[in-house]
Amino acid sequence: MRFFLDSRKLILLAAGIYIVLKLLFSSGIVSEYIQQITIYVFIVVLAATGLNVIYGYTGQFSLGHAAFYGIGAYTSAYLVKTLGLNSVFALPATLLAGGIMAGLIACIIGIPILRLRDDFLGIATLGFGILVRVFFDNSDRISETLGGSRGFTGIAKLTNLEITFVVTVFLLIVTRNIISSRYGLFWRCIKDDETASASIGIDTTRMKLMAFSYGCFLAGVAGALYAHLYTFLHPSNFDFLKSIDFLIIVILGGMGNIAGTIYAGLLWVGFIEGLRIALPSNILDLRWVFIPLLLIVLMMWRPYGLMSKKKGDG
Amino acid sequence: MLEVERLEKSFGGVRAVDGFSFHVDKGETLGIIGPNGAGKTTVFNLITRFYTPDGGRMRFMGKSITHLPPYRLARLGIARTFQNLRLFKDLTVLENITSAHLTGHSYSPFAGIFRTRRHLRIEREARDNAMMLLDFLGLGGKEQAPAGSLPYGEQRRLEIARALAIRPRLLLIDEPGAGMNPREIQDLVATLREVKARFDLTIVMIEHQMGLVMNISDRILVMDFGEKIMEGTPSEVRKDRRVIEAYLGEEPV
Repeated sequence: MRFFLDSRKLILLAAGIYIVLKLLFSSGIVSEYIQQITIYVFIVVLAATGLNVIYGYTGQFSLGHAAFYGIGAYTSAYLVKTLGLNSVFALPATLLAGGIMAGLIACIIGIPILRLRDDFLGIATLGFGILVRVFFDNSDRISETLGGSRGFTGIAKLTNLEITFVVTVFLLIVTRNIISSRYGLFWRCIKDDETASASIGIDTTRMKLMAFSYGCFLAGVAGALYAHLYTFLHPSNFDFLKSIDFLIIVILGGMGNIAGTIYAGLLWVGFIEGLRIALPSNILDLRWVFIPLLLIVLMMWRPYGLMSKKKGDG
Repeated sequence: MLEVERLEKSFGGVRAVDGFSFHVDKGETLGIIGPNGAGKTTVFNLITRFYTPDGGRMRFMGKSITHLPPYRLARLGIARTFQNLRLFKDLTVLENITSAHLTGHSYSPFAGIFRTRRHLRIEREARDNAMMLLDFLGLGGKEQAPAGSLPYGEQRRLEIARALAIRPRLLLIDEPGAGMNPREIQDLVATLREVKARFDLTIVMIEHQMGLVMNISDRILVMDFGEKIMEGTPSEVRKDRRVIEAYLGEEPV
């Protein structure tokens, strides 16, 4: 099939990376903790790629991406727990369910709010993010399982290197192919000039909704992987600051640049977790000072992302 | 081909377009002239539905188009260019045109993801068609340049090429001669004539440059204060007293 044929280089590269990681993991050189972080990198990259589709390619500014990540996480965790699907083989189905739930909700709220532009859309998505956070905080009123503000506990640990790797690589290739198809081209047209897009026959409302739903679908799948990696969900994991994290990764990697998002995701997790190891515990919280500082420096030095020297480059 | 009846639009208290009616026949080139602020561009924006009319009706090829959104009008075959150029500046010259071609040649997202035969064929056609249009408009060899990097005159031509890529039947051109010198205007007249013949088009053009509009139009319509003040052949318009007044003030010079 062409899907695999056209992507064979990427798939080979991915397979190589997988083998190296697997050897490292099974040799016992790296701790459980490092293994978990490695898997977490893939999850972060997947979710950030979703935001890159929405913001980097289509130009729709979203400050609520973590909400969709959370919706995916809670959906999958709830399904696994209530239906007793404690098996790795059921995981693809619940990952898909998490993604579809996030995509569906994105589609429903996208219909009214995607009419807004730029900062107005940012504020609307920010509002939605807060709404979802409040919902998670009070979710125990709907079902005791969801845990409300005490957090969702006792989720089966199903996420492993293999499934995360296959799902992420597959979805990244899918994303790359959509981006290079007419749909990706229309998204980039809309980002560049929405009026001109309509004048050549692009159904801008539908295309924006498609990009938004697809980006949130990716966030939902990533969230579901996260839920079964850490086995504990708390509403504070999915608040405004988390949305900002994804936004930073997209900007760091360069808008509309998938490879950039991968590097930036790696750098981001490496930086935060690295500081956790490097800094003495009494000043550990200082890492939350370094990150905004890094952002300020980045904006002054490379405003279009680490990967690109000037606007429109990549 | 296009019939516009009693079109109206106000902005605040200003009646930008005030009961404006006109029609264009198939194969015709209609020029719309008038002083600044006469409401010419507003008429274009109403036809292509970037503004919603307050009143009036429009028909295109016998079909009512009064309530259709802009993208539907484009797919029916109404293309336009913009007064102050609206290219996709960060996209390449080639992508500016393939995007327009691909709006009318569809394949599903799944065909795109799995790169089916249909997807590949349509993408190849889009590229071939774009190359043909670029050659035709003298932009060959610039396919990979970002559209925003082209010199002004070429950007104008690229915008026309993009409009042609949707295979329009009616082309609305808004001040194609703006910011061009007489030499470039001459080239533009030649290009527009060729384009019209080759693509079997009907053209409505707004223009300030009298040389250009008189040269190319079969019929000219003069607007002032949102209304039609006269209509006729270029030679009739040139001699008309009301036109001279509208352009040069009350006192004939």
